Amino acid sequence: MPNTSLAGYANLAVYSAMAVLTLATLAYAVFLARWVPARGETVASVAPESELVPAYAGTSTAYTGGSGDAGADQPAVAAAAEVTAPAEPLGARKAAGIGLSLTWLATLLLAVGVGLRGWSVQRWPLGNMHEFATFGSLAVLAVFAFWARRRDLRWLGIFVVAPVLLVLGLAITVWYTEAAELVPSLKSVWLVIHVTVATISVALFGIGFALACLSLVRDRLATSGRPAWMTRVPGGAALEKLAYSLHIIAFPLWTFTLIAGAIWARQAWGSYWNWDPKEVWTFVIWAVYAAYLHARATTGVSRRTATWIAIAGFLCIVINYAVVNVWFVGQHSYSGIS
Amino acid sequence: MTQVSTPSAAPVPPAPPAAAPPSQPRLGLLGWLRFSWRQLTSMRTALVLLLLLALGAVPGSTFPQRSLDATRTARWIEDHPTAGPWLDRLGFFEVYASPWFSAIYLLLFISLIGCVIPRTRILLHQLRATPPRTPKRLERLPAHVAVEVDGEAEEVLEGARKALRAKRYRVHSHGPGTLSAEKGYAKEAGNLLFHLALIGVIVGVASGYLFGWRGDVILPVGQTFANTLIRYDTFSPGPWVDPSALAPYTLRLDEMEATFESRIQSKGQFGAARDFVASTTFTPADGSPSRAEEITVNGPLETGGGTVFLLGNGYAPKITVRDGSGTVVYSEATPFLTVDNLYKSTGAIKVQGPKGDLGFSGFFLPTGIIDDQGPRSVFPDALDPALALTVFEGRIFTSSAPQSVYSLDTTGLTQLTSAGGDPLRIWLKLGQTYELPGGRGSITFDSLDRYAGFSIRADPGKTLTLVSSLLSLAGLVASLVIRRRRVFVRVTDTGPRRLVTVGGLGQGDDDGITDELADVVARLAPEPAS
Ligand code: HEM
Repeated sequence: MPNTSLAGYANLAVYSAMAVLTLATLAYAVFLARWVPARGETVASVAPESELVPAYAGTSTAYTGGSGDAGADQPAVAAAAEVTAPAEPLGARKAAGIGLSLTWLATLLLAVGVGLRGWSVQRWPLGNMHEFATFGSLAVLAVFAFWARRRDLRWLGIFVVAPVLLVLGLAITVWYTEAAELVPSLKSVWLVIHVTVATISVALFGIGFALACLSLVRDRLATSGRPAWMTRVPGGAALEKLAYSLHIIAFPLWTFTLIAGAIWARQAWGSYWNWDPKEVWTFVIWAVYAAYLHARATTGVSRRTATWIAIAGFLCIVINYAVVNVWFVGQHSYSGIS
Repeated sequence: MTQVSTPSAAPVPPAPPAAAPPSQPRLGLLGWLRFSWRQLTSMRTALVLLLLLALGAVPGSTFPQRSLDATRTARWIEDHPTAGPWLDRLGFFEVYASPWFSAIYLLLFISLIGCVIPRTRILLHQLRATPPRTPKRLERLPAHVAVEVDGEAEEVLEGARKALRAKRYRVHSHGPGTLSAEKGYAKEAGNLLFHLALIGVIVGVASGYLFGWRGDVILPVGQTFANTLIRYDTFSPGPWVDPSALAPYTLRLDEMEATFESRIQSKGQFGAARDFVASTTFTPADGSPSRAEEITVNGPLETGGGTVFLLGNGYAPKITVRDGSGTVVYSEATPFLTVDNLYKSTGAIKVQGPKGDLGFSGFFLPTGIIDDQGPRSVFPDALDPALALTVFEGRIFTSSAPQSVYSLDTTGLTQLTSAGGDPLRIWLKLGQTYELPGGRGSITFDSLDRYAGFSIRADPGKTLTLVSSLLSLAGLVASLVIRRRRVFVRVTDTGPRRLVTVGGLGQGDDDGITDELADVVARLAPEPAS
């Protein structure tokens, strides 16, 4: 029997996380806006790149410049963080710091929310759309927060936090489902394995998607006059690489999701593959991302084309979640033999 | 004084496999075949086919599929008189068996084989060969480092060799003063394993289709199922299955337990299924003693000759029909097929009589009400069970064509009517008896049992499919995680000291190669003499 008061506290935690995320969004927005240089815009275009190309200035050996076909987006490496740090306006730095702290706070609040929800229903909290969305948001925030400790991702903050806020908003309203026990077919350890990995994978694909979109926008704006805040964002090629690095973690996880789902389908439905709409879309997503990795490895296919395929992959994820779950007739009822 | 250069942004990609442009003039038949083969096995084609595969799979989720739900498919076609038949002709209701979908995946797998075999050969060759010669100008490589050290040339080279070996490189010297090293062959091996294992998955799926079978059976509580063809309600064998060779085990259903949500009132939750447990007595085919087995939704029973899954359940009301003289002419637990989540169920009772047969058809409702929506169930558990039936008279058992036991074919039958001339409608609660008009006898709803809907399936291909997919995953991870790198070393004299130049080449995006070189150099000259 679900414990309704615990579920109420879980919702409260989600609402608080949303409030915190709203502030974080503002902080990241201020960060990007504040960076606009007072006169001209020559100051800042170097710093973010230095994060992406390893700099050797710190080692005991001395270095001189070398080869390389560094383009406009790939400035010399030697300019390490200290060189540009003074150019970073204090307001911007403060805003980003606040944004990051708030992101951590929201992550913790959401973790509490997910934990309370699980406690209230006495099971793994991944049984319906509300729970997927909440857990997925937590995964996105956690990945971002931990990753941001390892490299400067302050420019990415708003593109992560704002979409998460939107998803949480949907989770707590349209997708809201009361805390309850599961239908028999969902009572399985494979729920824990399959759905958890799927959610983490989607979280990584999601951040990868944000980066992929940014890289296309950044490329486009590099040729036209780009808005000043864009100077905070790394170059298109660097963004594309970052997106790729996330996708190659997410793709094996998704492959695992597919396999685990098939094992579970055999346990619960008697056959490991039934071409149920949900299965079809899991497979479609897999094939599209496989095509993305392929495209990226194929000589003669541009990075931009590959990026578009990755974006199509994430749109399939969105369809799988928001459309297939709700509208398509699938193997969800166990009332009788058909 | 030492020097290290920075890497360029994009390492030169290694030559693509099998990317030679086809020769232009005068192809001839053989030439054309070779040309088509090369096109088919190019990575670009594989890419297009992969995207087509994804696209082709989509209609199977948007249109009802005959193999999954024939009734809904038929209804869809009926509701769309123009588009329906056309889409049907194009295979949109059997997407995964359609010629075009098959064409896509067959081409993809031919392409895959054609691609993997030469790549395997190349890899095997590379494994036997030594790393390539040191290029003349190492500073042309995407990453390179130069460092001056003390010591004899031989010593320095030996140090470099050690450093590279420690980093698990295969090292070879093609000439004095140079070293060639390579590592990460496992990346390509993993990639090949990934692709090869996909073929294993396909073979596993295909053998499951050829040698697998499934049958469904509805078993009321108290009855025993013997695993023979005749006992199945439906049986679908693969093309290469001998259905007479089923393992002769038996399974008795002792109890069918079903629990539903009754505490949470919100929509979608109230009445939702919570737990189904079928308690059975299983007698294996090999003569070992019977044992009690619980079969649940996520807990199938392995019988040694197919796996028994609990895929459904429902109600089998025990109904007794008496003729005009009071003699019992029918008394059976009659399963009704569940049609919705609230267990509204349809069924039929067919009674053979000397003068004419009687047929009852209609609904069973576990918690039944009648309102302006007609008879319906408001809760899936048997809180207030009711039968809503209509009655027909005539010859039911005439035609030799097999009939469904769950429905009554009313053609040629006359429906009984009430005094007012309306069709006669019977509403029976548990324990009640209804007297049929005109001295035809009576019908009694005696008691209520549940039944279990078992699906028994065998899939001999599943182990191959599973093992292949796990191997594929392992190969994928290896292919994405491992780095393939080549490192070259040249030692030359600069007056009293030695100049060591190290160049590196990574495959694909390899930002880490500069770190790698720096590390090699650091091992050479732990304390740079600057
Ligand atoms: C069932 C179809 C296929 C799927 C799902 C698939 C999937 C993939 C994936 C996910 C990768 C990325 C792994 C990595 O980057 O190391 C990859 C790489 C690769 N695939 Fe496929 N592939 C398929 C068919 C083919 C075919 C038909 C060919 C040959 C034309 C091919 C050739 C390659 C090559 C050469 C690579 C390595 C690229 C590199 O890393 O340099 N694949 N494939």
